[in-house]
Amino acid sequence: MIPLLLILIPLLTGFFSFFMKGNNSGKHIALAASSILMVIMTWALFTKNQNGELQYQISWISTLGSNISLSLDGMSKMLCLLTAISFPIIFAATYNNQYKKPNYFYALMLLTQAGLMGVFLAADCLLFYFFWELALIPVYFLCSIWGGEKRIAVTFKFFIYTFIGSLLMLVGILFLYFKTPNHSFAIADFYALQLTAKEQALSFWLFFIAFAIKMPIFPFHTWQPDAYEQSPTAVTMVLSGIMVKMGIYAVIRWMLPIFPDAVHANAMFIIILSVIGMIYASIIAIKQDDVKRLIAYSSIAHIGLMCAAIFVMNNIGLKGVMIQMFSHGINVIGLWIVADAIEQKTGTRKLSELGGLAQKAPTLAILFVIMAFANIALPLTNAFVGEFLMFNGLFEYNVYIAAVAGISIILAAVYTLNLVQKVFYGNTVSLTENTNEVSLNVQLMLIVLVVVIVTFGVYPQPLIDLTKDTVTAVFNK
Amino acid sequence: MNAIIFSALLGVVMMFAGIATPNKMAIKNIAIAALLVLLLGNLSDAYGWFSIKVNVNEMLAFTKFGFFFNTIAIASTLLYVLLSGNDIVKVGSNAAEYFALIFFVLCGITLLTSFNNLLMMFLGIEIMSIPLYILTGSAKKNLKSNEASLKYFLMGAFSTGLMLMGIALLYGATGNFDISPLVIKQEGALPKSAPILEVFGLLFVFVSMLFKVSAAPFHFWTPDVYDGAPSVFTSFMATIVKAAGFIALVTLFFAKAEELGTLWKMVLVVVIISTLLIGNVTAVFQQSVKRMLAYSSIAQAGFMLFALYSRNDIAKEGILLYSVAYTLATVGIFAILIKIDDHSFDGYNGLAKAYPLLALTNTIFLLSLAGIPLTAGFFAKYFMLASVMQTGGSLAIWLVILGVLFAAISVYYYFKVVQAMYFKEGTPIVAKVSTSFRFLLLFVAFLIVLFGIYPDLIISAFYW
Repeated sequence: MIPLLLILIPLLTGFFSFFMKGNNSGKHIALAASSILMVIMTWALFTKNQNGELQYQISWISTLGSNISLSLDGMSKMLCLLTAISFPIIFAATYNNQYKKPNYFYALMLLTQAGLMGVFLAADCLLFYFFWELALIPVYFLCSIWGGEKRIAVTFKFFIYTFIGSLLMLVGILFLYFKTPNHSFAIADFYALQLTAKEQALSFWLFFIAFAIKMPIFPFHTWQPDAYEQSPTAVTMVLSGIMVKMGIYAVIRWMLPIFPDAVHANAMFIIILSVIGMIYASIIAIKQDDVKRLIAYSSIAHIGLMCAAIFVMNNIGLKGVMIQMFSHGINVIGLWIVADAIEQKTGTRKLSELGGLAQKAPTLAILFVIMAFANIALPLTNAFVGEFLMFNGLFEYNVYIAAVAGISIILAAVYTLNLVQKVFYGNTVSLTENTNEVSLNVQLMLIVLVVVIVTFGVYPQPLIDLTKDTVTAVFNK
Repeated sequence: MNAIIFSALLGVVMMFAGIATPNKMAIKNIAIAALLVLLLGNLSDAYGWFSIKVNVNEMLAFTKFGFFFNTIAIASTLLYVLLSGNDIVKVGSNAAEYFALIFFVLCGITLLTSFNNLLMMFLGIEIMSIPLYILTGSAKKNLKSNEASLKYFLMGAFSTGLMLMGIALLYGATGNFDISPLVIKQEGALPKSAPILEVFGLLFVFVSMLFKVSAAPFHFWTPDVYDGAPSVFTSFMATIVKAAGFIALVTLFFAKAEELGTLWKMVLVVVIISTLLIGNVTAVFQQSVKRMLAYSSIAQAGFMLFALYSRNDIAKEGILLYSVAYTLATVGIFAILIKIDDHSFDGYNGLAKAYPLLALTNTIFLLSLAGIPLTAGFFAKYFMLASVMQTGGSLAIWLVILGVLFAAISVYYYFKVVQAMYFKEGTPIVAKVSTSFRFLLLFVAFLIVLFGIYPDLIISAFYW
């Protein structure tokens, strides 16, 4: 029952919020619902799957052999946890932001959460496809209604891009469906498939393009910086903190075990693409003047590393990816909260127009510096563990590629420290002169995130233990 | 047999209703009552409660498939009259005649769902088409309507000629008008005496049917006719009539297509791809929503043609699901379009603010046409793609990939309307909408979402 609750709570409260009156009611409902969800998820974390508490199955479209089948294994638990933690933090940190028609905004946010939960829980491929789209539609409206100046065109590009990807995935799903002996969408039947090399290659690309667009991997990334920049920051947090994990999650869940041969065959090509993306995005990030765009490109670089580490197909790399999926979500949401706070305070996001904020907002500065360290993956931050393991995996695969990819760490230090220095240090300028410390809710949420960052930086074992079963399952296949 | 007889009789009743009462609202209500009677008649036939039996010498065959589609067509017409009835009576002074013509069209449709003989098919097509020529030209004082009517008539007459020619050739090849002996022949019962006559005969019939369902390269009449005809009748033509054309194609070619072999497949593939290409790409460049819908109907026809390519059980279920999904959504979109004064995309600007319910339901209809999950349109497309996929082979996969790429293009023009409604500022000029109209729209939207979540409702009804 637990998995069903995880989807139903945001879904129903989301629909409910559409009909709410009053300006703050939607906000409060969203905050309450997402907090309850976080509690349930924490409870699920410590529940053992003895009597099928973590599974749920009911017949859906019997003529097609599709079931509503949900299951919570280690990797699902971790990403559901990330989703469940992120939403209350996002709602709380952006509590003071004003939106027109706020109830609709929060309703759509909750629907997005339901879609995301569904993606991480689905154990039936058609259901997975449904949730994959369900997560996209509310985001389309969120970005297009509440976004920046160029929102309509930018969001449209984002939507069409991802929609083409998911349609190709649908073709892939259909292809596999007709290969299963009993015509079913169940994940177990997909895992049991014995495909020829040619069939694997075809379905590999049909699936991978969808996931590569979502992550995004170079050269499918062009929608991403624009979409992150133009979206309202709360939505950007969801996009970069959780939605990109959909792509990585899907590769591990729906690709590695189903077409291992094709993954091996194409690994080199994709790793090289990922590494090109890392270096390319890092260099562009150095040149950015807009805080949001800088974080967007930095995110592309980090995702590139995760994608590469999946395709090296060794135990240590995959462990790193697991940890980093969670850590990157936490860190990048922290960065966005700071970016949003700066924009709300000063009214600009341009590095060239900012400076000296540390004098006016020392607490924010300290918290942000820790976030920045996590973004560079310094030891004692959570990102260090993940990146270390991933580079280790990459190193085992190919020394030269690992060396080139390593440059991105140095570049990350360049753009992140540059960001810290230009925004927080130096002399105050006209825009930052009259600012003061950010509000308490933002500080509190940042402190929560910093605690998570440091805790898992010092003691990452819980994350490794949590996802151990998924990692072994992938390699047993 | 009930549906054929009832629809013809009720058509006559509607004509006399115009003499009995000059009150347009009364006429509309009579039409609604008559449609209910027709629906009931068809259902009682389907379930075997009461049916009129006439000896048709096996020229007609009444199958579940036919009954099911009759139900869809009559129920959609009922919904259409309920939604747009007030606009039908506004087109001109002869309200009763319009409804009578609609009943005659339905008579043709019910013939098309049950023919077992080429002559019956021909009759069905003609009974369906001739009232449509009149309906297209029903706005007598509007030049565009007149032009559209003439164009439609000339094109239609030409395609009818082709069909007759084809039927004559088939008759020459086989010595009768039945479609079943040709099926038996596949199993080697009759010698292949004149394959060339047969191939060309079938090809002519096929081409003329493609005219009717506006598949490329025989689609040129569609945008002009759809644009010129009064919007209420465009709605009827683009949905129920079009779906009926497909049912006829399916009935005919599920029985016959083996005769043409690979040649047949190649012709079909070319037709499918060019229909998808022309429909989708041209729709992108339209400035008027009405014209965009005309091209989108061509594009949707391309998707429905997939059923002819695959010719399996999934295709048969799929074409029914597609008819339901497409008809519901398009009837809804046209019902809203009629209420809006300016038919360009800009005419929809700011609709969400002024009329949130119209905008919401219109969005659901458009999402369904675009094939987004959670709407019936998704499963409609899904079944079409799945049916092709089931035939196997690399050609099938490339056809499916091409199909989804065109579906992605279609998102572009459908979402342009959504963007106008939700993200652009403006004050749309909208005719008065009644509460029952809103309620009905909501009901249609609800059906679309329901079938989108649980398509088994339709599929299992087909296998009741």
